[in-house]
Amino acid sequence: MIGLAHFLTVAAILFVIGVLGIFLNRRNVILMLMCIELLLLAVNINLVAFSAFLGDMVGQVFAMFVLTVAAAEAAIGLAIMVIFFRRRGSIAIDAADQMRG
Amino acid sequence: MIALLAFYLFATVTIASAVLVIFARNPVHSVLWLILAFFNAAGLILLTGAEFIAMLLVIVYVGAVAVLFLFVVMMLDVDFSSLRSGFSRNLPFGLLIALVLLAEIVIAVGARQAGPVLARSAAAPAANVVPNIEALGTALYTRYLIPFELAGLILLVAMIGAIVLTHRSRGDVRGQNANRQIRRRPQDATRNTRPVSGEGVTL
Repeated sequence: MIGLAHFLTVAAILFVIGVLGIFLNRRNVILMLMCIELLLLAVNINLVAFSAFLGDMVGQVFAMFVLTVAAAEAAIGLAIMVIFFRRRGSIAIDAADQMRG
Repeated sequence: MIALLAFYLFATVTIASAVLVIFARNPVHSVLWLILAFFNAAGLILLTGAEFIAMLLVIVYVGAVAVLFLFVVMMLDVDFSSLRSGFSRNLPFGLLIALVLLAEIVIAVGARQAGPVLARSAAAPAANVVPNIEALGTALYTRYLIPFELAGLILLVAMIGAIVLTHRSRGDVRGQNANRQIRRRPQDATRNTRPVSGEGVTL
């Protein structure tokens, strides 16, 4: 029978893969954003699994909020990346310190 | 039995495609693997009985976020091969960080196994009594109404922010100026002349 531990294991592996991706691709901003999406997906799986196995609906409510924040973050992040690319002709993260708020 | 099979199928494909998101050479392939990972994660969530979140995952992640990524990757003419230069140099450090993180998670779970932090035991899922969507809607529109409205506000701010950031007014295109069009009167634009026959008109 599938238990809570199964889902938590999958989510943990997914989270670690996301962190690994951020550390491996330290120049490509698009891939970093995708890895952040993977991290948030792992968090969502955790929230929903706990919600289902503890019989509490709040986990799914907060999974929805995480989903909202993930979508907003992707939109803003990609918008910043587009203007960054337009200005510099590259999306390497090395030059991001020149944005200066 | 079929649930167990489905779980292992979804879990394997999710993790495999997440790995391929990182290691794919072409970023377009990365986004496509990401879409596959989202689909299978939605399947995993479906197995827990949270149908609404699973469908939301497909609609929001696959329908909006992944397509946005695909759009940006294809629209920007980025030289991706130069961006992969530090890959092998970062590999040992990244693997170290990942292993440390995994060890921390395992230790944390082990500590929880030793003595439950939560006093409450696993009760029957609420989804068995009322449908999942009904239960979620009841929670969302009563107790969590204010956070729900704030989530909508976050989306509005994200939308306006993305538009403001990426909008640029180009000087070389002649756009329509509605104000100027409305202000224009016939007497400013036309002139009546009475030309002498055979001489023509000088404007």
